[in-house]
Amino acid sequence: MTTKQQGTLRADVSERDHQLGPADAPVTLIEYGDLQCPHCRRAHGVLPRVMRRMGDKMRFVFRHFPITESHPNALHAAEAAESVAAQVGEKGFWKMHDLLYEHQPEWEDAQDDARILALAREAGADPDVVAADLDSDKYEEKVKADFMSGVRSGVNGTPTFFINGRRFDGDWTSVDTFVAALEAAES
Amino acid sequence: MTEPSSILQPGTPAPDFTLPVTPDQTVSLSDFRGRPVILAFYPNDFSPVCGDQMGLYNEILSEFHKHHAELLGISVDSSWCHAAFASNRKLHFPLLADFEPKGAVAKRYGVYRDHEGTAGRALFVIDGEGIIRWSFLSPVGINPGADGILDALDELDSHTGAKA
Repeated sequence: MTTKQQGTLRADVSERDHQLGPADAPVTLIEYGDLQCPHCRRAHGVLPRVMRRMGDKMRFVFRHFPITESHPNALHAAEAAESVAAQVGEKGFWKMHDLLYEHQPEWEDAQDDARILALAREAGADPDVVAADLDSDKYEEKVKADFMSGVRSGVNGTPTFFINGRRFDGDWTSVDTFVAALEAAES
Repeated sequence: MTEPSSILQPGTPAPDFTLPVTPDQTVSLSDFRGRPVILAFYPNDFSPVCGDQMGLYNEILSEFHKHHAELLGISVDSSWCHAAFASNRKLHFPLLADFEPKGAVAKRYGVYRDHEGTAGRALFVIDGEGIIRWSFLSPVGINPGADGILDALDELDSHTGAKA
């Protein structure tokens, strides 16, 4: 009775998304990621090499998928990245995204937001504004919207990647395999 | 890696069963008559893909509850093992032990993997009258996510006129 194919992206890339690379690139890679997830941190180490290899042929999009039952600080990390983006712009978002992954062990088990706020400052934002935004859950709805678009598209854990709208179930830990799948989608 | 091929299809009455849900309690499928049930068969507690799959369902329980649906996880692990797994992963839904005779319920649903001695990674959405409305068998290494379940629940609501 269900005709929609599983593992198919249900939310097209729009201006609300965080994007790197040309908008008209033949390949769009979307990551649904959790900033507190160690596997996503590992992917964060692989992706720059993939992006270098793909060059202008690929656009990269990051969407939030915090699994809060196992990663209690993931939601605040995602909301903080959104707050930085609102204050500093997209460059600030990507700086914060990178800093959160690079310094993940310093804040993953923290009982408060102090370390996340320090990273927000490093990313060029006013930490007091970020703290107030976290307090008021200002960006919770945006993060949850990312999350639900992922659920409805067949995200099955973090990170989950979509290549031109299809869930990629292959091995993303190998740059060669990843690039081969991306190049296959290009043609 | 043989996949079971006889998974029960939509339109089939879901076979009733009674299984342990804790070391001293049992639950029956018929207990849930009147609302949808999601049956999620999975191979084993603690294997990494299962953990992700059950962790994901745990995170979106409220979405299932919007459809008044009950989620039941089932594997051949014992109720003691389930208790440890649920506690470790902070799972907030029941895990049923298809343990003795081993895999009997998985066999009746056509999703038992003989060579491995475990259930396959199979999903069923059963309506309030106990009829299977959607079923799906995923390759055992691939976590199927929740999109198919939510689509099936949407479809069920559209047929019954229930509020999503």
